[in-house]
Amino acid sequence: MSKHLAKVLRQIRFENRTFWRNPAAAFFTILFPLMMLLIFATVFGNEPTGVGVTTAQFYAPALAVFGAVSAAYTSLAIGTAIARDQGVLKRVRGTPLPPWAYMTARIGSSVWLAALSIVLMLAVGMVFYDLQIRTEQIPTLILTFIAGVAAFAALGLAITAVASADSVPAITNATLLPLAFISGVFFGPNSEMPTWLDRIADFFPLKHFVEPFVNAFIPGTSADIPWTDIAWLGGWLAVGIVIALLFFRWDPRTDSGPGIGRRNRNDRITV
Amino acid sequence: MNAVIVAGLVKNYGPDRAVDGIDFEIASGEVFALLGPNGAGKTTTVEILEGHRSRDAGEVSVLGMDPGTAGPFYRQRIGIVLQSSGFEPNLTVSETVSMYRSYYETPMAVDQVLAVVGLRERKDSRVKTLSGGQQRRLDLALGLVGDPDLLFLDEPTTGFDPSARRQAWEVVSNLRSLGKTILLTTHYMDEAEYLADTVAVISGGAIVSRGSVSTLGGPEARRATVSFRATGRPPATEDWKHEGGVFSVVTDDTTRVLNQLTSWALSEDVQLIGLEVTRPSLEDIYLSLTGDAGV
Repeated sequence: MSKHLAKVLRQIRFENRTFWRNPAAAFFTILFPLMMLLIFATVFGNEPTGVGVTTAQFYAPALAVFGAVSAAYTSLAIGTAIARDQGVLKRVRGTPLPPWAYMTARIGSSVWLAALSIVLMLAVGMVFYDLQIRTEQIPTLILTFIAGVAAFAALGLAITAVASADSVPAITNATLLPLAFISGVFFGPNSEMPTWLDRIADFFPLKHFVEPFVNAFIPGTSADIPWTDIAWLGGWLAVGIVIALLFFRWDPRTDSGPGIGRRNRNDRITV
Repeated sequence: MNAVIVAGLVKNYGPDRAVDGIDFEIASGEVFALLGPNGAGKTTTVEILEGHRSRDAGEVSVLGMDPGTAGPFYRQRIGIVLQSSGFEPNLTVSETVSMYRSYYETPMAVDQVLAVVGLRERKDSRVKTLSGGQQRRLDLALGLVGDPDLLFLDEPTTGFDPSARRQAWEVVSNLRSLGKTILLTTHYMDEAEYLADTVAVISGGAIVSRGSVSTLGGPEARRATVSFRATGRPPATEDWKHEGGVFSVVTDDTTRVLNQLTSWALSEDVQLIGLEVTRPSLEDIYLSLTGDAGV
């Protein structure tokens, strides 16, 4: 078992190195949420808002969740789909590395990045925007993080399982961005949403990740573990796992065109 | 000792039979080529041997194991170079080889592998900056790094220009001297001739001929053609074909045909213009075996 664990950890290091070598992925996962915090804090000013919290006190945790979901969902789905359609997964499958170890490493790498994104956001919030962390809420934060990242990683792999590398970026962004708006990532605590839109957000997983996470930063809220939200996330985790297990293939999807590093049999090749 | 034994192998894709009862053996240390046009069943056969696909019927033994049920231990001992597969474009050459090397228990050293495939000078380059031919050599390096007993090479030079093909052939020849058993697929006759000890020609999911390249198709596929142009009609001792002013006949016995023909020409004072004895090229033999013009 420890032999397998060592393999997974070593592979996580390779996956991480690969991630950091791709500036676009690194930017959207790590820097983009920080940039949004900077913009919001500048535009709205970091003064107490209607419910008595500063802009950063609300937006830092909300954007931290957004960054974590970008890593666990968008980035994992796109990266895995590209690796599959370029034949990387098929190549790995021909080696002695057990397939589950490889997939565990991919997931582990994006969970690590999600955690990094959150920690970085909260650290920037604390240092520059006087973000207050309530120690009694830390169990809630950790549990919500685990449930949320697990659900979104499973859903990301479910998207990978049913779509080609060409369409995965569109699908992940077209699902994440509208959900981010209606789940309260970008609209501050003063904004009012129509009830029906709220009901829609209630159904999808993002709100059940954002709301308890943000609440844990609002002074005076209960420190009880948000079991209802965690149960919703668990349900979406199950949906993602079922779809991924049913449809995931290691062979390239043939409906996708060639990408970087992939060669078509008809390509002219010179040395 | 046979590294590979295949008997009665059958694979269907829905109603289509892609592989229709194939048998062959590969001795340890042998370079064996499956030669055939696109769609003949080469890749399907090889992917079954690699453990990437299931089979519908037949027996397969590779290194004494059944690839359909063998696990990671089997993959420790084989190396697979697929027809087209990608890399992480932002890793360097030596990082990529190191990563795949870490999957094996008794791998080769990174420098050694890069030397065999001729990529040592590019070891610190990002993979995405390699030319297509260099990427193909990296493919080969990743197939080799586990120090396999058996190497699968699926169309190693398809799409290469002639000089890149020559270089790739040199690399494969080096592997032979390392004592590796190699199963390669190709649709190039000259590639099979250059690299393989034994060739099996596959067409329509079945093996239509096998042996060394020089014996493929048997003696009847290599009969000579005697042809010339002349004003008069040659003696009817042979069944001359006459097309566009050229007389020709296919024969096993060129000595007798030429003797009779030249005797007639001398006695009748006839000029035999452009007299030739030609044998079918390997390409001609291959085309007649596979019945396929679209190579």
